[in-house]
Amino acid sequence: MLNSKIPAGPLEDKWMNYKSTCKLVNPANKRKLEIIVVGTGLAGASAAASLGELGYKVKCYCFQDSPRRAHSIAAQGGINASKNYQNDGDSVFRLFYDTIKGGDYRSREGNVHRLAEVSGNIIDQCVAQGVPFAREYGGLLSNRSFGGTLVQRTFYAAGQTGQQLLIGAYQALERQVALGNVKMYNRHEMLDVVMIDGKARGIIVRDLITGKLERHFAHAVLLCSGGYGNVFYLSTNAMGSNVTAAWKAHKKGAYFANPCYTQIHPTCIPVTGDHQSKLTLMSESLRNDGRIWVPLKKGDDRKPTQIPENERDYYLERRYPAYGNLVPRDVASRAAKERCDEGYGVGSSRQAVYLDFATAIHRYGLMEAGKQGIENADADTIIKLGREVVKEKYGNLFDMYEKITGENPYLVPMRIYPAVHYTMGGLWVDYELMTNIPGLYCLGEANFSDHGANRLGASALMQGLADGYFVIPYTIGNYLANEIRTENIPTDHPAFVEAEKAVSDRISRLMNIKGNQSVESFHKRLGKIMWNKCGMARNADGLKEAIGEIRTLREEFWRDLKIPGDINDLNPELDKAGRVADFMELAELICIDALDRNESCGGHFREEYQTPEGEALRRDDQYQYVAAWELQGENKWELHKEELEFEVAKPSQRSYK
Amino acid sequence: MGLTGLFLISFLVVHSGINACIWANDHGEMFNKAAHFMGASVVIRILENGLFVGFIIHIVQGFILVAKNRSRRKIGYQVALGNRGSRWYSRSMGLLGTLILLFLVLHLYHFWTPSRLGGYFNIHELQPVAYENGKEIHNLYAEMLQVFQGNSPVVLIYVLGCFSLSFHLMHGFQSAFRTLGLHNQRYVVIVKTVGTLYSIIIPLALAMMPLSIYFHWVN
Amino acid sequence: MEHYKMNLTLKVWRQKNHQDKGQFVTYQVAGISSEMSFLEMFDVLNENLIEEGKEPIAFDHDCREGICGTCSMYINGRPHGPWQGTTTCQLHMRAFKDGDTIVVEPWRANAFPVVKDLIVDRSAFDRIIQAGGFISVNTGNAVDGNTLPIEKSRADESFAAAACIGCGACVAACKNSSAMLFVSAKVSHLALLPQGEPEKHSRVLNMITHMDKEGFGACSNTGACEAVCPKEISLDNIARLNMEYLGSSLTMDK
Repeated sequence: MLNSKIPAGPLEDKWMNYKSTCKLVNPANKRKLEIIVVGTGLAGASAAASLGELGYKVKCYCFQDSPRRAHSIAAQGGINASKNYQNDGDSVFRLFYDTIKGGDYRSREGNVHRLAEVSGNIIDQCVAQGVPFAREYGGLLSNRSFGGTLVQRTFYAAGQTGQQLLIGAYQALERQVALGNVKMYNRHEMLDVVMIDGKARGIIVRDLITGKLERHFAHAVLLCSGGYGNVFYLSTNAMGSNVTAAWKAHKKGAYFANPCYTQIHPTCIPVTGDHQSKLTLMSESLRNDGRIWVPLKKGDDRKPTQIPENERDYYLERRYPAYGNLVPRDVASRAAKERCDEGYGVGSSRQAVYLDFATAIHRYGLMEAGKQGIENADADTIIKLGREVVKEKYGNLFDMYEKITGENPYLVPMRIYPAVHYTMGGLWVDYELMTNIPGLYCLGEANFSDHGANRLGASALMQGLADGYFVIPYTIGNYLANEIRTENIPTDHPAFVEAEKAVSDRISRLMNIKGNQSVESFHKRLGKIMWNKCGMARNADGLKEAIGEIRTLREEFWRDLKIPGDINDLNPELDKAGRVADFMELAELICIDALDRNESCGGHFREEYQTPEGEALRRDDQYQYVAAWELQGENKWELHKEELEFEVAKPSQRSYK
Repeated sequence: MGLTGLFLISFLVVHSGINACIWANDHGEMFNKAAHFMGASVVIRILENGLFVGFIIHIVQGFILVAKNRSRRKIGYQVALGNRGSRWYSRSMGLLGTLILLFLVLHLYHFWTPSRLGGYFNIHELQPVAYENGKEIHNLYAEMLQVFQGNSPVVLIYVLGCFSLSFHLMHGFQSAFRTLGLHNQRYVVIVKTVGTLYSIIIPLALAMMPLSIYFHWVN
Repeated sequence: MEHYKMNLTLKVWRQKNHQDKGQFVTYQVAGISSEMSFLEMFDVLNENLIEEGKEPIAFDHDCREGICGTCSMYINGRPHGPWQGTTTCQLHMRAFKDGDTIVVEPWRANAFPVVKDLIVDRSAFDRIIQAGGFISVNTGNAVDGNTLPIEKSRADESFAAAACIGCGACVAACKNSSAMLFVSAKVSHLALLPQGEPEKHSRVLNMITHMDKEGFGACSNTGACEAVCPKEISLDNIARLNMEYLGSSLTMDK
């Protein structure tokens, strides 16, 4: 039975009441309690730093060469907070409401309200740490609007907000390392959770340089290991982003919730060929001025600038006259896929659509000419003036595009295509961020908790830091207060020995396949199955096929995988093999979850469930629940439902008409 | 390095200023008087010791720095970054400094030892010369004529020494200011401009000395 | 943009582990598309090596979008390759032409020992940050973010310094293997903000002391670091650090 442990009482008092009544651990006891933090992104670094500050003995692990490399660093846009600095009517309630609604009514009210409540503290904390947020001339913090919200609540640091926030958390973490409160383990990958008497008591890690396995004990284990978008092979995630930590916990009994919720971002730089290793996202602000189109004729090979206006199909403007190019992420993404699937795609791969700034350049050029008092400006002057305005607004994005593609987007339209970008699903956690395994917590993108079926822009950074700075320091005490009498368990305990042996056996098994195909080739094939059949649009037949194909591929993987090198050595191929093996298992669960959810909501679109206009059709009467999956054995899962209750934000259908 | 460097830079101004006296074209009268003043004043003699200390610190520190910095990369690169990242003279301060040091030894041997230590240790004494007040002073000018006139290898070495100095200063001048913390954009531009002009003008002036005498541009 | 295919000769540093002496090994790769990124070209090479039963080349990389600072190849004598303001992962193959020979080396500095092939150990950077690259504020202590207005130009300058990704290209390019650009970027980032004021003296002294301890060289202002920095961190930060350092050494007792 799933107990979400949402505190009783009115929504806005829940967190306050919880904080006032949760158990505390006295400082002398904190020194004796050990906590393991896996991952050093925003959630992990902020949690490790904060817990270190409180006086706990923290051990922190990352697979990268430094905690500062975690993929939170790549977030561009910004971080939301309901500060209402702009006097435009923002409030905790509005941020809460927008997040619930944006998540298509598939998240918990209690969690989301807490997130909105602490959002302001995050900004204060980050400013105090020296995060150089953008400022106005008066010296106060600047805000911008983001992701179509009606208020300006997004704080940002140019296009590098994630980097600046992560560096802030990283510095706080390194300070605790210097003070001896946190011990940092770089280039260490967690490969199992150790369970003793039903509680998480430690982990098995592999030193990625020497290949040696190590056992580490703790009174509580925090997984802050990020999302699993790389199950699709191509995504905007970093190459190393993986599901392994969360998946190992799942295999030890932790429930995996809503795995099918995948966010696909519409404005990414398209795939150029089979060699493609990852995708790069460009801020969706580009859609404010760019017009999206494909040629009217299938397989049109002409250069975009040679295709006259009446032979272009501005399909978003055609299909959604009210919202046009500004329809939500999921709608824009699906529409692009539909056009490309129909054979209208552009570029050498035909998996791209144009994002054209010619109209905007012309419009801005005219405006600018008017401002400067140039009468009867000729076409060249207008274009020149227009380009300057566009450069001012989107210069850095245009530069990035040119660096990657070699094409000048001021002269030719950009080519864009949707890409996997964020996964809303993750380990099931209760209000205290604890999984169903006592002592095992999950924070940040790795858990499922706050974004429901779809995440709003600039909310991922907010959630990661909320969990790490302001939630876990309270909720972990509530558990550890009962653990003060638990002596450190020596790592020669049979549970540790057994867990290490299982990990070691699996590594040997992988190494001993000695087949013919590389990890990368399997990962690519897995990604293709997932993208084609469990990507932007899914249907029951496709999902069933995908499950079959994944099983076949997995069987082939364990029969024909080739890993060069040694076990006791730095061996990136072996590291990758372990991760891909876990993705192979997760992929099946994603499909099962997508198949089970006979509705369309947020990042999950089932073709069978759409309105006549092609919009997502949610079925609240049957699917207003969190799907938490329990592993029952190989390829067998049992579904546990956590019914969602909406006392304050009453569900309604999204509409863009 | 920066502090001593700036100190030596200020010395060069004095040095080239006095040297410029030969262009008064008065058979070295003005020059000899100036040189005498520098030699006779107690204050200047004390400063001279300071100058030696400055030189020695600069040289010793320089050698230690270069050696230490070199040891920081035991295995080098197959392909060098070279001029794609920095100017050759910025990377060659040790070499340029060593060349200047070698030149300096010769230079001291030519002029400093006879004028300060002449008469001791079998070192030849400078000829005396007397001007209107009748007091005899060293005729350093005559010594210059002797060293440079018709002696093309020495003149060449002096000119090369000044070249080394020029490039040493080209980096050293602005680098010294950076080391002392100058980062205001406006002043950085000024320092860079002044530094470049200084690095050209001062060594040029110094090099003109032997050239002028060699080619009989002064008498 | 016309795309083309190319055949290349690669001379890559191979070194089994830290103790191994290491040497250059020459590889041929064929049919490389000008649309590939440099690391994707390495992926192709590695897939070929695996196919041939050889061990692939180990290299550091992660985000592949120029922000995490993990990638670190010294390509044809320049950290991160020929393009200005670009990380290795963002370098694309159209920078090269058919028949080119490309020499790829690891970062070279005693403070960055080679771990394997092109991977070096940059944990010295973490330890420099531990020495003082932070503002000592515990979670929950903060006052409202707008209580402390900061002049926009200062905030922008601080941000420009904070853009450092800690890749180590500055050290790799410096003839002295100095980490001054890295250290100065952090010192400037924090010294320019009022929040960083209380610790500014001890921060700069401790970080510089630690930089020396880690075995990085001293700065001689050649400017190579600035020229190769993928984030174009300004050399002025080093001058600012020098000023902070001088001021601090004169005022601090230790």
